[in-house]
Amino acid sequence: MGQGWARFVARRGRWLIILPPLLFLFVFFLIPFGFALKISFGEAALRIPPFTDLIGRVADGHPVWQGTWASYRYLITDDVYLVSVFYSVRTALIATLLCLLVGYPMAYAMSRARKSTQNILMMVIILPFWTSFLLRVYALESLIRDNGLVNAVLLQWGVIDHPLRMMHTSFAIYLGIVYSYLPFMVLPLYATLEKMDRSLLEAASDLGSRPWRAFVDVTLPLSVPGIVAGSMLVFIPAVGEYVIPALLGGPDNLMIGRVLWDEFFGNHDWPVASAVAIAFLVLLAGPIAIHQYYHVRQEDY
Amino acid sequence: MEQRMPISLVTVLCLGIAFLYVPILVLIGYSFNASALGSVWGGFSTQWYVALLEDAQIRKAALLSLKIAFASSTGALILGTLASIALVRFAKFRGRFLLAGMINAPLVMPEIITGITQLLLFVSMLQLLGWPARGVTTVILSHIAFCSAYVAVTVQSRLQSTDLSLEEAAMDLGATRVRAFIDTTLPIIAPALLSSWLLSFTLSLDDLVISSFVAGPRSNTLPMVIYSKVKLGVSPDVNAMASVIIAGVGACVILASVLMRRAERRRLLEEQAAGI
Repeated sequence: MGQGWARFVARRGRWLIILPPLLFLFVFFLIPFGFALKISFGEAALRIPPFTDLIGRVADGHPVWQGTWASYRYLITDDVYLVSVFYSVRTALIATLLCLLVGYPMAYAMSRARKSTQNILMMVIILPFWTSFLLRVYALESLIRDNGLVNAVLLQWGVIDHPLRMMHTSFAIYLGIVYSYLPFMVLPLYATLEKMDRSLLEAASDLGSRPWRAFVDVTLPLSVPGIVAGSMLVFIPAVGEYVIPALLGGPDNLMIGRVLWDEFFGNHDWPVASAVAIAFLVLLAGPIAIHQYYHVRQEDY
Repeated sequence: MEQRMPISLVTVLCLGIAFLYVPILVLIGYSFNASALGSVWGGFSTQWYVALLEDAQIRKAALLSLKIAFASSTGALILGTLASIALVRFAKFRGRFLLAGMINAPLVMPEIITGITQLLLFVSMLQLLGWPARGVTTVILSHIAFCSAYVAVTVQSRLQSTDLSLEEAAMDLGATRVRAFIDTTLPIIAPALLSSWLLSFTLSLDDLVISSFVAGPRSNTLPMVIYSKVKLGVSPDVNAMASVIIAGVGACVILASVLMRRAERRRLLEEQAAGI
């Protein structure tokens, strides 16, 4: 560790900083997709690991290509995959929209609070995100069960005369997604609304705009980056959600995450599960690209 | 000074916050319910907490999860911070685009895809290299990968707002680049480091989907045990465990943020006193 080391650090030192995360993520985040792609062209087999190799050897030792499109063909021919993809995208879209409708007013109100209050409100909104996701979904279940608190209170008050069926419906899944992902929607919205130049609103009002008009003409367009960022942060994970449909949904609420889980742990068909994962990723490539674009652009400020 | 908030906005905030907190509070309430039946109140009791203490399976899983969370959050802190320094401080380098993409993608990648692809990697690696066998190691590696994304987001935004001139001043005074970073920038980003370590810890502690894929048959983490109990129906001891976890995490987060705010205020005062 003398002169040579010092010179090495000065010249090549930054690679000591760049390489560890780059290599780690390359091996443990990016490469896995390559293996999924490879295995999706194999066939399920009774061995460990339970799939065939792409390149087999015949008796005389010649390598032969034995990859197959069978798993992908299966995805197209079996209705369950198309139906569940459609249902997942629709559910996630509706839930994201509901999340926006609930989250926007909250973020707007936060950005209008006093500065010291804003910090406390931030804390209050983030805190649930720190506590267990699984346990929060479970907490929701104990509220909306047929004999849960909501039904008990409504029956007591005489609003309804028999329990409302909320569990095992699409409603339960919307509620679960909005409840679990609300902080992801509120925080980016709040960040853009808080940075907004308030004098623009004053200008609009000086020019005779009513508050509502000024909101539609000024505030709303300026908060588009926050709306996009928040919506992507909710929509993308929501499409692939497993815990919420598994705990709150019924057998009809087939989301792609659940199908994938069952394919893997129930049917033990790894090639089909890999093909579903790859197809699903291709489907999400657009939204993920939008998220990355906004994310990188925000960093450029 | 800003004008008072209109009553409609205050109502919106109160309703939103109530929506976030009522289910958690109800769950904590149920955990003291003597009755094992969902919504029937059978009087106050701490029996479920006693049952929790006596459950060896839960104790074992909790200990395992805490160990995994500690290792993952520490690994993620190191890798995420290095990635942030690289992305914020080094304008151009080969692989920058790749690193930026890989460090942000786990934030939105559905867990089920990450889990399944990482399992396929580990299985193939085991076949080719004989390492790693599915178990604690694979869970930690997976958790480091997705937690480092959360670390990077937090630390990057903090690094961007730090003043490079402090570091330059230290280097003018003869400090090496590394020394200058440690003495000037590190104390400023320390709160972000602490909070991202804590966040990684809780994310790791909570993860069900990725762990279910990459954990071996004998390494059941706490969320996996909780999930299997919840799947079987109402189990009042889960209410008690949920209350313990939520109260524990909540207390840690609030304490940490109070401490950080105090340290921040002290630093600002010192800077003012020093006339910076």
